[in-house]
Amino acid sequence: MAHDYVMDLTALSASLRTLPPSQPLRLIDENGLRTDAEASAGFPLPSTEILLGLYRKMVIARRFDLQVTALTRQGRLATYPSALGQEACEIAAVAALDADDWLFPTYRDSIALLTRGVAPEHILASFRGDWHSGYDNYEHRIAPQATPLATQALHAVGLATASKLKRDKTVALTFLGDGATSEGDAHEAFNFAAVWQAPVVFVVQNNQFAISVPLDKQMHCQMIADKAVGYGMPGYFVDGNDVAAMYAIVTHAVQNARSGAGPTLIEGLTYRIEAHTNSDDPTRYRASSEVEEWKGRDPIARLEKYLLSEGALSDSERSDIDAAAEKLAAATRECMTREAEIDPLELFDHLYATPRPALAEQRQALADELTAHADAELSEAALSASATPAAAQAQAPAQTGAHS
Amino acid sequence: MTANHLDSVPGTALPTPTPPTPTTPSPVPPAPTPPISQTDAAPATRAPASVTMAAALNAAIRDAMTDDPTVVLFGEDIGPLGGVFRVTDGLYSEFGETRVSDSPLAESGIVGTAIGMAIYGLRPVVEMQFDAFSYPAFQQIVSHVAKMRNRTKGRITLPIVIRIPYAGDIGGVEHHSDSSEAYWTSTPGLTVVTPSNPADAYSMLREAIASDDPVIFMEPKSRYWSKAEVSLPIHTTPMTRAEVLREGTDVTLISYGPTVKTALATAEQAADEGLSIEVIDLRSLSPFDDETVSASVRKTSRAAVIHEAAQFGGYGAEVAARLTERSFFHLAAPILRITGFDIPYPSPKLEEFFLPTPDRVLSAIEKWEWS
Repeated sequence: MAHDYVMDLTALSASLRTLPPSQPLRLIDENGLRTDAEASAGFPLPSTEILLGLYRKMVIARRFDLQVTALTRQGRLATYPSALGQEACEIAAVAALDADDWLFPTYRDSIALLTRGVAPEHILASFRGDWHSGYDNYEHRIAPQATPLATQALHAVGLATASKLKRDKTVALTFLGDGATSEGDAHEAFNFAAVWQAPVVFVVQNNQFAISVPLDKQMHCQMIADKAVGYGMPGYFVDGNDVAAMYAIVTHAVQNARSGAGPTLIEGLTYRIEAHTNSDDPTRYRASSEVEEWKGRDPIARLEKYLLSEGALSDSERSDIDAAAEKLAAATRECMTREAEIDPLELFDHLYATPRPALAEQRQALADELTAHADAELSEAALSASATPAAAQAQAPAQTGAHS
Repeated sequence: MTANHLDSVPGTALPTPTPPTPTTPSPVPPAPTPPISQTDAAPATRAPASVTMAAALNAAIRDAMTDDPTVVLFGEDIGPLGGVFRVTDGLYSEFGETRVSDSPLAESGIVGTAIGMAIYGLRPVVEMQFDAFSYPAFQQIVSHVAKMRNRTKGRITLPIVIRIPYAGDIGGVEHHSDSSEAYWTSTPGLTVVTPSNPADAYSMLREAIASDDPVIFMEPKSRYWSKAEVSLPIHTTPMTRAEVLREGTDVTLISYGPTVKTALATAEQAADEGLSIEVIDLRSLSPFDDETVSASVRKTSRAAVIHEAAQFGGYGAEVAARLTERSFFHLAAPILRITGFDIPYPSPKLEEFFLPTPDRVLSAIEKWEWS
């Protein structure tokens, strides 16, 4: 899909010493109408075919996100950081990548994984508590979802640099949150990427809260995208709820990276509609009126209005997408109600490429413990199966006697 | 010159190390090198020569880079300067900027980007300029380098070598003499090794670079300029095994890195007094070679551990606990720890009072009840 969207790179190259405009770059506004040349900064609207594809992916991703949140509330998962309301950032970024590119996601980016083809049970293995990460990283070219903030941005820069050293065309894209930009690793990643001119794209999803702390307590500059100037790379401030704009700018940045023009920092302004996770209480730090206001800027509804006004979204297309979303939700429910196969002895099996005798001893100790436990359970079961109530009563005094 | 550059302090009791052959860094970058691809070159065996540990490490990196085109090198001042200890001397001009590059001055960035490179199939060898300057990389090392393979069920393995010059006895100013091995050895997922002589330095670094597991390679700074007659390339005992450097019957002295010299000197001194000391060079701190060390302690029935790091919660505690658990009924006396004091590493004029000496080891041993 990424190849369908080609533009003149020279016309759009931003000056590295100029701050981005303070109004977010936008191609389709909140009413589903195309914006003027100033708001779009000259970026052409992706084709209707591309937009329809993005719409389909966003609808399916949202259904998945809602389903997983519901399953978490039912106690099927230990936790789930929702990306509800952030679908435009998540889906546009992934759609702009080629199959050979690498994605470095955070814990909030499960729907990006879904969109890149990872099966629900593999995405959710970590949130269910089966193992810390559950998908094949090389098959999907997706690093494990990072929990320590901004650490994965450096991994993305390193991988992109390796690609450059090998003269490959692979690009790395990493997601960051607004709060993560306060971390030292974010700074180091931006700086290393710029110094090494690494083919990497930083997509900062500014959802305006780091758990409870608003952005004005994270930084004193006006926008996250402003920081790009300080590193000597292009920065874009984008309406993160406009999937057309996000797709156009990320595609531009990916093309730039692939052509050897180095890294780009993109800030997508969006909003976290859900709580941070199921253990969070957002009523303690933000007004529900603000949440309602942002629900009115919904990325899916906006694109839907545009597609309908263009006559590009038929009733049959919509029901087809809804059916696909429901099918995925059902499959997700099904796999999360199935018990995962857990082998405690696997705890020891993956840490080292070179086996260690001392760890083998600990593995054996746990194996013996499990065997003893299983034997005890077995004899207990045998005992209670053989003992009738009368026999059990008859045995009771004898046992007491034996102890006294 | 960076903020991390060691300024040697003149006038201290201990000799100030000097690089063996100071080289003039080339102001002109080397010619662009081709992209990383396979080559068939193999290093030839060189004639025996007197080599320093720094030169042996340098040769190990050079030979590894010649053998394996996926080995890349980066860190602070490791390019034209050749590193503040000259361990990477000449490699920039030999292999070019593609494979040997100065990085921005940020240790988390160095280790974090090495992780990404390793995911993509390279074998990064990175340098932390000094022990105490590795701490900004702590999170990347502990949360990612150590855990990535386990987290991904072995799908992603990180063949990274993190070289850390460590320990004191060089007249270094503050933050230039830490022994931080216990931070790394208490982290599952890391292999932690430390050579004590030039031959091991070469062999162990080659093995570390070839290993699919991440290795914290701790280089004792005070031994950088120690020399030995060595024919390179050389293969010594496998990296994860301890070695009995001197056989004895009365006491086992367990040492590693900078304190191996102390242990050998102690044994020499003790021999004059009729005490037979067996000296073990652990070489690998994680994994710990239970087999070799236990066998020695069961033979001598007395053991002491020597390290520069502070005692409380230090590596010696693990050694003593392990040996006690496994060999208690073979012991004639409690296992001793002769270590740095539980204080921050002192300034140059005071370090001689801090470092374990043969006299201090012997007087500790003499306090045992000898029947």
